[in-house]
Amino acid sequence: MSVVVRTIARIIVPMILAFGAYVIMHGHLTPGGGFQGGAVIASAIALLLVVFGSGRLAGHKNLLSLLEDLGAIAFVALAFLGIGCTFFRNVLAGSGGLFGMPVPPGPNPGFLNTGGTLPLMNWAVGLKVAAGLGSVVLLLGLFGGGDDR
Amino acid sequence: MTLWGVLQVITLVLVVVGAALAVWLRDLLAAVIALAASSLLLSLEFYLLQAPDVAIAEAGIGAALTTAIYILAIRKTRRKEEE
Repeated sequence: MSVVVRTIARIIVPMILAFGAYVIMHGHLTPGGGFQGGAVIASAIALLLVVFGSGRLAGHKNLLSLLEDLGAIAFVALAFLGIGCTFFRNVLAGSGGLFGMPVPPGPNPGFLNTGGTLPLMNWAVGLKVAAGLGSVVLLLGLFGGGDDR
Repeated sequence: MTLWGVLQVITLVLVVVGAALAVWLRDLLAAVIALAASSLLLSLEFYLLQAPDVAIAEAGIGAALTTAIYILAIRKTRRKEEE
Protein backbone atom coordinates (compact mmCIF):
# COMPACT_ATOMS: atom_id res chain seq x y z
CA MET A 1 0.00 0.00 0.00
CA SER A 2 1.02 3.64 -0.37
CA VAL A 3 3.08 5.71 2.06
CA VAL A 4 0.01 7.57 3.32
CA VAL A 5 -1.79 4.35 4.24
CA ARG A 6 1.33 2.92 5.91
CA THR A 7 1.95 6.05 7.99
CA ILE A 8 -1.69 6.28 9.13
CA ALA A 9 -1.67 2.56 9.96
CA ARG A 10 1.46 2.98 12.11
CA ILE A 11 -0.32 5.72 14.07
CA ILE A 12 -3.72 4.05 14.38
CA VAL A 13 -2.79 0.41 15.13
CA PRO A 14 -1.56 1.13 18.72
CA MET A 15 -4.77 3.09 19.34
CA ILE A 16 -6.92 0.17 18.15
CA LEU A 17 -4.91 -2.23 20.34
CA ALA A 18 -5.35 0.06 23.38
CA PHE A 19 -9.09 0.36 22.75
CA GLY A 20 -9.42 -3.43 22.46
CA ALA A 21 -7.51 -3.88 25.72
CA TYR A 22 -9.82 -1.29 27.34
CA VAL A 23 -12.95 -3.11 26.16
CA ILE A 24 -11.63 -6.42 27.54
CA MET A 25 -10.40 -4.87 30.81
CA HIS A 26 -13.74 -3.19 31.58
CA GLY A 27 -15.78 -6.15 30.35
CA HIS A 28 -17.47 -6.67 33.70
CA LEU A 29 -18.43 -2.99 34.07
CA THR A 30 -19.27 -1.56 30.65
CA PRO A 31 -20.68 -2.91 27.37
CA GLY A 32 -18.32 -5.23 25.62
CA GLY A 33 -16.16 -7.98 26.98
CA GLY A 34 -13.78 -10.68 25.88
CA PHE A 35 -15.35 -11.39 22.50
CA GLN A 36 -15.85 -7.77 21.47
CA GLY A 37 -12.39 -6.66 22.61
CA GLY A 38 -10.80 -9.66 20.95
CA ALA A 39 -12.58 -8.81 17.70
CA VAL A 40 -11.28 -5.24 17.93
CA ILE A 41 -7.71 -6.50 18.44
CA ALA A 42 -8.14 -8.95 15.55
CA SER A 43 -9.26 -6.05 13.35
CA ALA A 44 -5.93 -4.35 14.15
CA ILE A 45 -4.15 -7.53 12.98
CA ALA A 46 -6.30 -7.49 9.81
CA LEU A 47 -5.35 -3.85 9.19
CA LEU A 48 -1.66 -4.75 9.51
CA LEU A 49 -2.17 -7.62 7.04
CA VAL A 50 -3.96 -5.48 4.45
CA VAL A 51 -1.45 -2.63 4.71
CA PHE A 52 1.89 -4.41 5.02
CA GLY A 53 1.07 -7.67 3.21
CA SER A 54 0.85 -11.10 4.72
CA GLY A 55 4.52 -11.97 4.09
CA ARG A 56 5.72 -9.72 6.92
CA LEU A 57 3.53 -11.50 9.47
CA ALA A 58 3.99 -15.07 8.22
CA GLY A 59 6.48 -15.88 10.99
CA HIS A 60 3.91 -15.18 13.72
CA LYS A 61 1.55 -17.98 12.63
CA ASN A 62 2.69 -20.42 15.31
CA LEU A 63 2.70 -17.67 17.97
CA LEU A 64 -0.96 -16.92 17.23
CA SER A 65 -1.84 -20.63 17.44
CA LEU A 66 -0.01 -20.87 20.78
CA LEU A 67 -1.84 -17.81 22.17
CA GLU A 68 -5.21 -19.24 21.10
CA ASP A 69 -4.48 -22.53 22.90
CA LEU A 70 -3.29 -20.57 25.95
CA GLY A 71 -6.56 -18.61 26.07
CA ALA A 72 -8.68 -21.76 25.96
CA ILE A 73 -6.54 -23.49 28.61
CA ALA A 74 -6.66 -20.42 30.89
CA PHE A 75 -10.47 -20.26 30.58
CA VAL A 76 -10.95 -23.92 31.54
CA ALA A 77 -8.32 -23.71 34.30
CA LEU A 78 -10.08 -20.68 35.82
CA ALA A 79 -13.36 -22.61 35.67
CA PHE A 80 -11.71 -25.56 37.43
CA LEU A 81 -10.52 -23.26 40.28
CA GLY A 82 -13.96 -23.53 41.87
CA ILE A 83 -14.36 -27.29 41.43
CA GLY A 84 -14.43 -27.65 45.24
CA CYS A 85 -17.97 -26.28 45.19
CA THR A 86 -19.16 -26.18 41.58
CA PHE A 87 -17.60 -25.80 38.16
CA PHE A 88 -17.21 -22.07 37.30
CA ARG A 89 -17.62 -21.03 40.97
CA ASN A 90 -16.26 -17.51 41.44
CA VAL A 91 -13.65 -18.18 44.13
CA LEU A 92 -11.95 -14.77 43.88
CA ALA A 93 -15.06 -12.58 44.34
CA GLY A 94 -15.07 -10.78 47.66
CA SER A 95 -11.80 -12.37 48.80
CA GLY A 96 -10.01 -9.01 49.00
CA GLY A 97 -7.19 -9.97 46.65
CA LEU A 98 -6.93 -9.65 42.89
CA PHE A 99 -10.30 -8.41 41.52
CA GLY A 100 -11.71 -9.34 44.93
CA MET A 101 -13.06 -6.05 46.27
CA PRO A 102 -16.55 -6.47 47.77
CA VAL A 103 -19.10 -4.51 45.73
CA PRO A 104 -20.89 -1.80 47.76
CA PRO A 105 -24.68 -2.02 47.54
CA GLY A 106 -26.70 0.50 45.57
CA PRO A 107 -25.86 2.49 42.44
CA ASN A 108 -22.15 3.15 41.99
CA PRO A 109 -19.88 4.26 39.14
CA GLY A 110 -18.40 0.74 38.85
CA PHE A 111 -15.19 -0.38 40.47
CA LEU A 112 -12.52 -2.05 38.36
CA ASN A 113 -11.14 -4.23 41.15
CA THR A 114 -14.31 -6.32 41.46
CA GLY A 115 -15.75 -9.34 39.72
CA GLY A 116 -13.50 -12.16 40.92
CA THR A 117 -12.59 -14.53 38.10
CA LEU A 118 -14.83 -12.75 35.56
CA PRO A 119 -12.19 -10.20 34.38
CA LEU A 120 -9.59 -12.96 34.17
CA MET A 121 -11.99 -15.06 32.08
CA ASN A 122 -12.64 -11.99 29.91
CA TRP A 123 -8.91 -11.78 29.30
CA ALA A 124 -8.77 -15.49 28.44
CA VAL A 125 -11.68 -15.18 25.98
CA GLY A 126 -10.20 -11.99 24.52
CA LEU A 127 -6.84 -13.68 23.97
CA LYS A 128 -8.50 -16.66 22.31
CA VAL A 129 -10.77 -14.59 20.04
CA ALA A 130 -8.01 -12.16 19.03
CA ALA A 131 -5.51 -14.92 18.26
CA GLY A 132 -8.12 -17.13 16.60
CA LEU A 133 -9.61 -14.49 14.29
CA GLY A 134 -6.13 -13.07 13.67
CA SER A 135 -4.79 -16.45 12.58
CA VAL A 136 -7.87 -17.00 10.37
CA VAL A 137 -7.20 -13.70 8.56
CA LEU A 138 -3.46 -14.41 8.41
CA LEU A 139 -4.00 -17.88 6.89
CA LEU A 140 -6.41 -16.41 4.33
CA GLY A 141 -3.75 -13.82 3.45
CA LEU A 142 -1.06 -16.47 3.10
CA PHE A 143 -3.29 -18.79 1.05
CA GLY A 144 -2.45 -19.17 -2.61
CA GLY A 145 0.90 -17.41 -2.74
CA GLY A 146 1.64 -13.83 -3.74
CA ASP A 147 -0.41 -10.65 -3.50
CA ASP A 148 -0.45 -9.80 -7.18
CA ARG A 149 -2.22 -6.42 -6.89
CA MET B 1 -42.42 11.74 15.28
CA THR B 2 -39.59 12.50 17.65
CA LEU B 3 -36.02 13.31 16.66
CA TRP B 4 -35.07 9.83 17.87
CA GLY B 5 -37.48 8.18 15.44
CA VAL B 6 -36.37 10.38 12.52
CA LEU B 7 -32.73 9.44 13.18
CA GLN B 8 -33.62 5.75 13.21
CA VAL B 9 -35.58 5.99 9.93
CA ILE B 10 -32.67 7.82 8.23
CA THR B 11 -30.20 5.22 9.49
CA LEU B 12 -32.31 2.28 8.32
CA VAL B 13 -32.90 3.85 4.88
CA LEU B 14 -29.13 4.35 4.53
CA VAL B 15 -28.54 0.71 5.57
CA VAL B 16 -30.88 -0.44 2.78
CA VAL B 17 -29.21 1.94 0.29
CA GLY B 18 -25.77 0.54 1.21
CA ALA B 19 -26.97 -3.04 0.82
CA ALA B 20 -28.55 -2.25 -2.57
CA LEU B 21 -25.30 -0.58 -3.70
CA ALA B 22 -23.34 -3.65 -2.61
CA VAL B 23 -25.49 -5.77 -4.93
CA TRP B 24 -25.66 -3.27 -7.78
CA LEU B 25 -22.00 -2.18 -8.10
CA ARG B 26 -19.82 -4.01 -10.66
CA ASP B 27 -16.51 -3.03 -9.05
CA LEU B 28 -16.13 -5.60 -6.26
CA LEU B 29 -13.91 -3.38 -4.09
CA ALA B 30 -16.56 -0.62 -4.19
CA ALA B 31 -19.22 -3.21 -3.35
CA VAL B 32 -17.20 -4.32 -0.31
CA ILE B 33 -16.87 -0.71 0.84
CA ALA B 34 -20.64 -0.25 0.45
CA LEU B 35 -21.21 -3.40 2.51
CA ALA B 36 -18.86 -2.07 5.22
CA ALA B 37 -20.70 1.26 5.32
CA SER B 38 -24.03 -0.58 5.57
CA SER B 39 -22.65 -2.67 8.44
CA LEU B 40 -21.32 0.40 10.25
CA LEU B 41 -24.71 2.13 9.95
CA LEU B 42 -26.36 -1.06 11.24
CA SER B 43 -24.09 -0.89 14.31
CA LEU B 44 -25.19 2.75 14.76
CA GLU B 45 -28.79 1.54 14.64
CA PHE B 46 -28.03 -1.07 17.31
CA TYR B 47 -26.59 1.73 19.44
CA LEU B 48 -29.72 3.84 18.91
CA LEU B 49 -31.82 0.85 20.02
CA GLN B 50 -29.73 0.84 23.26
CA ALA B 51 -27.81 -2.38 22.60
CA PRO B 52 -24.21 -1.10 22.81
CA ASP B 53 -22.85 -4.61 23.35
CA VAL B 54 -24.22 -5.79 20.00
CA ALA B 55 -23.11 -2.51 18.41
CA ILE B 56 -19.47 -3.09 19.39
CA ALA B 57 -19.58 -6.67 18.08
CA GLU B 58 -21.20 -5.55 14.82
CA ALA B 59 -18.67 -2.76 14.31
CA GLY B 60 -15.74 -5.09 15.05
CA ILE B 61 -16.86 -8.13 13.07
CA GLY B 62 -19.14 -6.69 10.39
CA ALA B 63 -17.42 -3.46 9.51
CA ALA B 64 -13.75 -4.32 10.11
CA LEU B 65 -13.00 -8.05 9.91
CA THR B 66 -15.27 -9.14 7.04
CA THR B 67 -14.12 -6.12 5.03
CA ALA B 68 -10.49 -7.12 5.55
CA ILE B 69 -11.28 -10.72 4.58
CA TYR B 70 -13.11 -9.60 1.41
CA ILE B 71 -10.27 -7.23 0.47
CA LEU B 72 -7.71 -10.03 0.92
CA ALA B 73 -9.90 -12.33 -1.23
CA ILE B 74 -10.24 -9.66 -3.96
CA ARG B 75 -6.47 -9.22 -3.92
CA LYS B 76 -6.04 -12.93 -4.64
CA THR B 77 -8.64 -12.97 -7.45
CA ARG B 78 -10.17 -10.46 -9.91
CA ARG B 79 -11.47 -7.02 -9.03
CA LYS B 80 -14.15 -6.71 -11.72
CA GLU B 81 -17.26 -8.83 -11.76
CA GLU B 82 -17.79 -10.90 -14.92
CA GLU B 83 -20.95 -10.72 -17.00
